[in-house]
Amino acid sequence: MMILSGDPPKSRVLTLVLVLIILALAATPFLFPGAKALNVAAKICVFAALVASYDLLLGYTGTVSFAHTMFYGIGSYAIAIALYGMGPNWAAVATGIVTGLPLAALLALAIGLFSLRVAAIFFAMITLAVASAFQVLASQLSWLTGGEDGRSFRLPELLRPGTVLIPKDMFGVEINGRILTYYLVFAGSALMILALLRVVNSPFGRVLQAIRENRFRAEALGFRTVFHLTYANCIAALVAASAGILNALWLRYAGPDTSLSFSIMLDILLMVVIGGMGTIYGAVIGATIFIVAQNYLQSLMGVASKAADEAGLPLLPGLLHPDRWLLWLGLLFIASVYFFPTGVVGRLRYGGGKKTAGPSH
Amino acid sequence: MPLTLETRDLTIRFGGHVAVNNVSCTFRPGELTAIVGPNGAGKTTYFNLISGQLRASGGSILFDGIDITQHSAPMRTRAGLGRAFQLTNLFPNLSVEENVRLAVQAASGTHYDMLRPWMVRRDLIARADSILDQVALGSRRGVTATALSHGDQRKLEVALMIALEPKVFMFDEPTAGMSIDEVPVVLKLIAQLKQDRSKIILLVEHKMDVVRSLADRIIVLHNGQLVADGPPAEVIASPIVQEAYLGVAPKTAESVG
Ligand SMILES: Nc1ncnc2c1ncn2[C@@H]1O[C@H](COP(=O)(O)OP(=O)(O)O)[C@@H](O)[C@H]1O
Ligand SMILES: [Mg+2]
Repeated sequence: MMILSGDPPKSRVLTLVLVLIILALAATPFLFPGAKALNVAAKICVFAALVASYDLLLGYTGTVSFAHTMFYGIGSYAIAIALYGMGPNWAAVATGIVTGLPLAALLALAIGLFSLRVAAIFFAMITLAVASAFQVLASQLSWLTGGEDGRSFRLPELLRPGTVLIPKDMFGVEINGRILTYYLVFAGSALMILALLRVVNSPFGRVLQAIRENRFRAEALGFRTVFHLTYANCIAALVAASAGILNALWLRYAGPDTSLSFSIMLDILLMVVIGGMGTIYGAVIGATIFIVAQNYLQSLMGVASKAADEAGLPLLPGLLHPDRWLLWLGLLFIASVYFFPTGVVGRLRYGGGKKTAGPSH
Repeated sequence: MPLTLETRDLTIRFGGHVAVNNVSCTFRPGELTAIVGPNGAGKTTYFNLISGQLRASGGSILFDGIDITQHSAPMRTRAGLGRAFQLTNLFPNLSVEENVRLAVQAASGTHYDMLRPWMVRRDLIARADSILDQVALGSRRGVTATALSHGDQRKLEVALMIALEPKVFMFDEPTAGMSIDEVPVVLKLIAQLKQDRSKIILLVEHKMDVVRSLADRIIVLHNGQLVADGPPAEVIASPIVQEAYLGVAPKTAESVG
């Protein structure tokens, strides 16, 4: 299975879960009609790739970065500004890509070379500082970024909902530009995840793990670890920016809340931990659980609260009130970290509690 | 020109404490030099200075005619300085085979290849496996490094250095803490490396019988200073070694070499 770079899920249940998630995402336009389901599915795709790229840093090299949403934001804004400024055409899309990606990579290179030489905590602080500065910059340069309002834009003709590609009578669902955009997001994310799987399982990727395990020893073997860490940082930034591009294309919008805020950073952290660090597959699982919970927990609780109320149960209706959904999400998170310290993937691969050979064996 | 490794007035201070003090010494290929001295004499620190884990406060290091005093540890490794650490220093959660494969990979210059899966590099895997067989760890290749016994971890430490195919081998108490039946594997390995007359071998070792059987030359460090240097029989008989290892007070102030 060279498409998985020789690193299959290595657990029947995990394989089954992954296959189900991928099939569900691939068939969402046909299985779950309606804008909400498609929005949730697109967000899962984008975040699976975004979280996988963060896993490359946190899970494989052990470096903590707070600048991941910045790179995500660079991609989002690049495409949004280009399409807003140049109009809804493919040249604008291309311009957004060829400015956004190199910008993200260069910034990652600079941050890496500057701060990955020394202790990991310094890198974390630098990324925090740079990301905060970037956030301020994005809101100050409102002539360019639209400030707090962000930038809404129109997509090229082909990707618009009004463009009917295959009429309804063929598959029972009208294939329009919106659905084409969804598949663009789906395919783009899948490609990025497979590429990351290749990177972590390459000779280069094994050195990253060696650095996480014992950087001092990796240096003593002759590896110039600052370059390995910097390249990993650049790859992660490129994928994050690409995910940002896909997200902006899907939303037809880029703004501080959807592409730059620190709450996205927090979400990424939660997803990577829930899914399982240092596995790449964990990103898919973590993103799916988290985003589905985020979008459906509230309505599920509404139903449960009402049922409890009608059954005349004490206390429960209040506890299950939809407004408490964040509390339950928090509890869900604590429970998942407590019961699956190695994430869902770690749990499924190696069983509970056992000391494992890490992602390698 | 044969390979040489030389330290000139090599010195390092930790605050006020001079751990290695003006050590000048030249090492030649085909010669196994044992470095002896009491605990805290500065032997490990001397190694750290040579292989680049510590930067000298003064003096210089010449390797193959090049001043490497300011070179980083990875640069020195790539130039051919191999090091096995006294305190076992492995990749704890990676498998035994992967530990060695990383060293093999480093030696082969495969540093940034990110386009192919590692398992297509059968050459690296085969080489790692053959080294594991050499140190009698072949049957343990699948377990994590932390799961190994202390003696096996010491062997893996040596395996990593051998995998680097260095020009200089630096063993820092390779048999310390090993059980009696494990020691011969390591000694046989060192004896084998000695066959190749083009290598420089440095060995820090406390067991005098081991030193006597393997060393062509002994240097003695004491309080960071080089106090004796010469053929084994001569150095072992010297008052300074008698005092340090046998607790005999020196009869004369004179030292050998
Ligand atoms: N990084 C360090 N910082 C401060 N002191 C050190 C450091 N490394 C070694 N030393 C001191 O240098 C002296 C020599 O230590 P070491 O080289 O480990 O001795 P040996 O290997 O001969 O037993 C000791 O007194 C030790 O405490
Ligand atoms: Mg020592």
